[in-house]
Amino acid sequence: MALVEIKDLSKVYYRDSQQIPVFEGVNLEIEQRDFLALMGPSGSGKSTLLNLLAGLDRPTAGSITVGGAQVTGMNRRQLAAWRARHIGFVFQFYNLLPVLTAYQNIELPLLLTGLSRKERREHVTTALGVVGLTDRADHFPRQLSGGQEQRVGIARAIVSDPTILLADEPTGDLDAKSADEILTLLQRLNEEFGKTILLVTHDAHAAERAHAVMHMDKGVLSR
Amino acid sequence: MKFARLILVNLLRNKRRTILTVLSVAVALFLFATLRSVVTALDAAGEVGSEARLITRSATGITFALPQSYYERLRAQEGVRGVSWANWFGGVYVDERNFFAQFAVDAETYLAMYPEMQMPEEQRQAFLAERTAALVGSGLMQRFGWSLGQDVTLQGTIFTGDWTFTIRAVYTPDDPSFGDQMFFFHYDYLYERTNRQIIPGWYVIQLADPAAAPEVSDRIDRMFQNSSNPTQTETERAFNTGFMTMWGNIGFLVRAVGTAVFFAILFVAANTMMMAARERIGENAILKTLGFQDGLLFALTLVEATVITVLGGLLGVFGAKALFRPGNPMNSFIPGFQVEWSTVALGVTIALLLGFVSGFVPAWQAKRLSVVQALRRVA
Repeated sequence: MALVEIKDLSKVYYRDSQQIPVFEGVNLEIEQRDFLALMGPSGSGKSTLLNLLAGLDRPTAGSITVGGAQVTGMNRRQLAAWRARHIGFVFQFYNLLPVLTAYQNIELPLLLTGLSRKERREHVTTALGVVGLTDRADHFPRQLSGGQEQRVGIARAIVSDPTILLADEPTGDLDAKSADEILTLLQRLNEEFGKTILLVTHDAHAAERAHAVMHMDKGVLSR
Repeated sequence: MKFARLILVNLLRNKRRTILTVLSVAVALFLFATLRSVVTALDAAGEVGSEARLITRSATGITFALPQSYYERLRAQEGVRGVSWANWFGGVYVDERNFFAQFAVDAETYLAMYPEMQMPEEQRQAFLAERTAALVGSGLMQRFGWSLGQDVTLQGTIFTGDWTFTIRAVYTPDDPSFGDQMFFFHYDYLYERTNRQIIPGWYVIQLADPAAAPEVSDRIDRMFQNSSNPTQTETERAFNTGFMTMWGNIGFLVRAVGTAVFFAILFVAANTMMMAARERIGENAILKTLGFQDGLLFALTLVEATVITVLGGLLGVFGAKALFRPGNPMNSFIPGFQVEWSTVALGVTIALLLGFVSGFVPAWQAKRLSVVQALRRVA
C-alpha cells in the first residue's frame, strides 16, 4: 500500500456565484521514501494539491489517505494535530518568525509535543546539525542569508520527524548556488534519512533531483 | 509555560507600542482607582459619626451661629448627658493650598464627647491647661513635619490676623475614616481674641440613650421653633451624610467618568491588539501550518492582550495605592481618603476584563484564519 493515496480528487473555488475549477479527478500514489517533483505553470493547481495534501484546504470531492489516515475526513482540530505529527512544510519564502532565533524557529513544532525542554534541545540540535547550521542557532532570520534561512526552514520541517516533506518552490527565491545546496540537502534527506518528499517547482533542473517528475497543466496530472 | 517565550517575544516585538499601551491602561486604572476612592471615602465619611451624638445647628444654614444661651437650655433637656460646641475657623497655614480643617472647641466637654481621638493622658492635660494650645491629628503632623511643642501660626480668613498656637497634643483616630488631619484649639482663645464677638457655630449633644435620638431632636427643634434662631437637630451621622451630599451626586459623576475612561481605553487597547494581530496574519498562518490548533492561537492572542492590560492595571492601581497612602494630603478634604484593597482588586479585575474584551476580536480572527488565504498573502 502506498504511503499517500489520492483518489478522484477535485477542487473548485467559488468567487461569488462563479465556479473556478482547479482540477478534477486527480489520482496519485506516493510510495514511502519516494522523492517526487511536481511541475507545471502558474495557476495549474500544484500548490492547491500540496495544500490539500497538507490538510490546509479541503477538496470539493475525492479522498486523500496518508499512512492509512483518511485526511479528508478529519475536522479542523484533528487536521491540525495530524499536520503537527505527519507533515513537514517547506515554503518558498522560508516563512521564519522574525522575532525568534533559528533555534527557536526550529523548536516551534516541538512545542506541540509532550517533549521536555531537554528532549526538545536534543531534537533541535540534531536538526541544526543535519542542515549544517549548528553555529547559527542563536541568529535571527535577518542575520542569515537566504540559503541559510531556507535551511532553517527545512530543519523546522524535519525536526518532528514527519511522515512526508512537502516543499513548495523551496529554491524559488534563491540564487543558483544556494538553490543547489538546498536541493542537495533535500536529496540527502531522502537518501540518508529515508524522507518521503513531494517537491513543487518551476525549475526543471531542480526537478531532475527527484526520482520522478510529474506535470500538472490545466488541472490534469501526468507523468 | 513553553509558550511563554512566544508571548513574550510578541509583546516585545514593538516595544514602543506595548509600553504606550501599558501606560495608557495604567493612567486609566490610576484614574479609576482615584475616582473610586473618592466615592468610597465619601461614603465612609458619611458613615462616620455616632448615632449617640446629635448636632444642633441653625435652621437657616450651617454658616449661621447659635446663641451661647442655648448651651444651658440644651443641657437641661431630658435624655441629654452632655453638651459641647464648636466653630469653624478657616485659617491658612503658609499657603492656601495647605488646606486642613480647623475647629475652635470647648475643649473639656468636646474631648469628653469624642473618645475616637486617642492621645496620651499627659498630652490631653497639657492641651486642656493652655489657652493657646492646639490638638493636632497625627496625619497632619506628618504632612507638615510638625513636632510636639512647636508653634504654628495660622492666618485667619474669617477671623483676621495671625493666630499662633502651640501643639500640645497629637491625636490618633481609632477609625481611619474619622480623619487624622484636623486641628483643634480652644474656643476661649477665639472668644477673647475676637473681643467676645463670637458665638458657637453648632452644638454637639451626647445622648444618654441613642434610641431616643428622634424624640430628643424633635423636642429641641420645637423648643427653639419660634425663637429668633430656630435650630435643626439630627444625629451626627445624618449630619455628616448631609454634609457629604453637598458634594452633589459625585458618585454618579465619578461612575460616568469612570465608564467613559473604561471605554476609551478599551478602544485604545482593542485597536492596538487588532494592529498587532493584523501584522501577524502571515505568522499565524505559518503556525497553523506547523500544526498549532485554532484554540491555542486564540488563547495565545488573548493572553497577550491580557498581559498588556493587567500590567497597565497593576501599574495604575498600585501607583494610586502608593500615592494615596493613609495620611496623604487629600485627607484634608476627604477624611480617610485612601485606595482600599477592594479598589485594587476591582481595578485588577477590570484590567483583566479589558484584556479579554480587547483581545477577543483579534483572538477570534486568529482562530478562524484561513491558512491558504493567509499564506497567499505572505507568498
